[in-house]
Amino acid sequence: MAVAVGRPSNEELRNLSLSGHVGFDSLPDQLVNKSTSQGFCFNILCVGETGIGKSTLMDTLFNTKFESDPATHNEPGVRLKARSYELQESNVRLKLTIVDTVGFGDQINKDDSYKPIVEYIDAQFEAYLQEELKIKRSLFNYHDTRVHACLYFIAPTGHSLKSLDLVTMKKLDSKVNIIPIIAKADTIAKNELHKFKSKIMSELVSNGVQIYQFPTDEETVAEINATMSVHLPFSVVGSTEEVKIGNKMAKARQYPWGVVQVENENHCDFVKLREMLIRVNMEDLREQTHSRHYELYRRCKLEEMGFKDTDPDSKPFSLQETYEAKRNEFLGELQKKEEEMRQMFVMRVKEKEAELKEAEKELHEKFDLLKRTHQEEKKKVEDKKKELEEEVNNFQKKKAAAQLLQSQAQQSGAQQTKKDKDKKNFFFM
Amino acid sequence: MDRPGDDRHPCALGPMDPLRWSPSPCTSRPPSPRTPPCEMLGHVGIEAVLEQLKIKAMKMGFEFNIMVVGQSGLGKSTMVNTLFKSKMWKSTLPGLGVPMPQTLQLQSVTHIIEENGVKLKLTVTDTPGFGDQINNDKCWDPILGYINGQYERYLQEEILITRQRHIPDTRVHCCVYFVPPTGHCLRPLDIEFLQRLCRTVNVVPVIARADSLTIEEREAFRRRIQHDLRAHCIEVYPQKCFDEDINDRILNSKIRDRIPFAVVGADQEHLVNGRCVLGRKTKWGIIEVENMAHCEFPLLRDLLIRSHLQDLKDITHNVHYENYRVFRLNQSHALPRGPGWVNLAPAPADLTATPGPWKVRWQAHDSSDEEC
Repeated sequence: MAVAVGRPSNEELRNLSLSGHVGFDSLPDQLVNKSTSQGFCFNILCVGETGIGKSTLMDTLFNTKFESDPATHNEPGVRLKARSYELQESNVRLKLTIVDTVGFGDQINKDDSYKPIVEYIDAQFEAYLQEELKIKRSLFNYHDTRVHACLYFIAPTGHSLKSLDLVTMKKLDSKVNIIPIIAKADTIAKNELHKFKSKIMSELVSNGVQIYQFPTDEETVAEINATMSVHLPFSVVGSTEEVKIGNKMAKARQYPWGVVQVENENHCDFVKLREMLIRVNMEDLREQTHSRHYELYRRCKLEEMGFKDTDPDSKPFSLQETYEAKRNEFLGELQKKEEEMRQMFVMRVKEKEAELKEAEKELHEKFDLLKRTHQEEKKKVEDKKKELEEEVNNFQKKKAAAQLLQSQAQQSGAQQTKKDKDKKNFFFM
Repeated sequence: MDRPGDDRHPCALGPMDPLRWSPSPCTSRPPSPRTPPCEMLGHVGIEAVLEQLKIKAMKMGFEFNIMVVGQSGLGKSTMVNTLFKSKMWKSTLPGLGVPMPQTLQLQSVTHIIEENGVKLKLTVTDTPGFGDQINNDKCWDPILGYINGQYERYLQEEILITRQRHIPDTRVHCCVYFVPPTGHCLRPLDIEFLQRLCRTVNVVPVIARADSLTIEEREAFRRRIQHDLRAHCIEVYPQKCFDEDINDRILNSKIRDRIPFAVVGADQEHLVNGRCVLGRKTKWGIIEVENMAHCEFPLLRDLLIRSHLQDLKDITHNVHYENYRVFRLNQSHALPRGPGWVNLAPAPADLTATPGPWKVRWQAHDSSDEEC
């Protein structure tokens, strides 16, 4: 049966006007309802030196107290600690994972400090890739652990970026969305802050570090993102303690010379960070992670394994030769191994047979020997028996003869006695 | 804007991947040992993510592909026009010198329609010539071939090393099957077709041209069809095994009770009681399409568009497509050929091999399905 599918090309797509209400404007709501029932995943990586205020900032951002003990400065190397929390706000469930770099910047030799971080990020991509490549997979059920945002805490020196920061950020910028922030910003004066920020940004640009760009292509968010981007890197102050300001309680840090309010935009950029990170761009961060960073990782990984989409002559082709060759090689190897094993097996069997034959022969010989010995012994015994019997016969004969003699002798004796007696009697008569 | 019958059902809940590029939010997997629910002291703003999601989705636009299958003259083109309130097709009028197609041909037409800022790229595939021949054996093959061909297209895109950001989705999300209003029961052709297709795509059967049946006849016909479907183990949409939770089940049971819907299509407007309504004018009255007392078209429209559209797409993506993928990947470990990370065996010439019964998310039927 012939099948002809008439399908217009893309250019012929025309907009059709509706003559009434159809109802598919509920589609975004249908979409959102589904997502709400499942909850969202969001994973934040905090990179910064020990004691720079990472945990406090997280507590302040999410308005809650995540339990954690402050780390010591004695860590031998950088390690990553990930912790997951479930937050719920109205009907939205958020599964938040906060990854901390413990021991960052504490070592004397910091050459390898960035490595555990890169490894962790890659490991999350790898886990997702593995799931995606499975034959039977369940992506809709998958707990996404890929890092969506990396908050890089810059120490408030007031001068410029440390070389450790530059190196680490350079290594991370193609793998994760980096948002640089200046920590403990209450230690910098306002004028110094401005200079510090511009210095940092120019250093980032001149070193080619790609930090996360807040999206400006969407009319609804373009404006707010544009205005906020000017303030990068955000200078933040974190605090979970509340201080009475006026007649309200607000999060703040109390000093003898004044009170630094966390949510006051004149004092620090915390509110801006919260807006950008959570309220405006959370979804975009997740999407960038998936469609840019993850795809890049996937492409590199698959190319590493030898897969290609087109050959050097850009003809659509697939991993033919390499794969075929590898496969044939593999099969050949297998066959060879099989042959070897077979040979060895045959040889062993032969050897064993020979051994067994030897043993058998020995046994036979032994048996013969034994038999012969046995025969000889038997013969000897028989001989002896005969001798013995002869002796016994002789003895019996002798005995019989002796007995006869004895009885004759007795008889004659008795006769003699009788004769003697008779004689005596005769004489006496 | 007038919203007739704005009885929007709470949307069917189900695990899904909303859009290809947006990774699915996680489900209630048993959390790692330290995921204590934290009490938040104050408003953080997490719920803004819903708005963000909506904005992204509206910018991206939506896609929906629907296929209508049935014999000629059952009103398929008219139904599509009625559903989407626009002239998708010219309603085919027989006997105007247009010869009946000798073979089954699939025709697709794509339109972009917009409503309240929501853009929908709608593709309707028609199957003129289905079941019209004297010998209709294997008339479902081209249809299955087409459906599998779309899965194949998507799979080819998905396994590339360098993929597009958004893979164009041409997979058939829903297949509406028109049952002729004989009033008796399903015909062998219907049963054959439904059995094969239910395993590959979401099928929604409807009783076409229901204005030739009275209300009682419709009910009886419906019950008989439901009985036939159960007897042959045909799972039509919404499938029982994909109900997520108790709310889903209640909602979908109500729908399942009324499937197949008895529908009437019309694209002409008439004046009834001073209102302009879509309907069919006959000598004995005007059959209003949107009137629940006359036909069940509003139910079909609500199911397909207003409440379950996203669910249809999800089940297609998470179940049918995954099954096809498993089937193809299992075939391919023997032969390398084709771009991408896995070398798919060349697609079979006739892609009518159906992957088989659902292997994904299969839950036990309840006992009522076992009656025969």
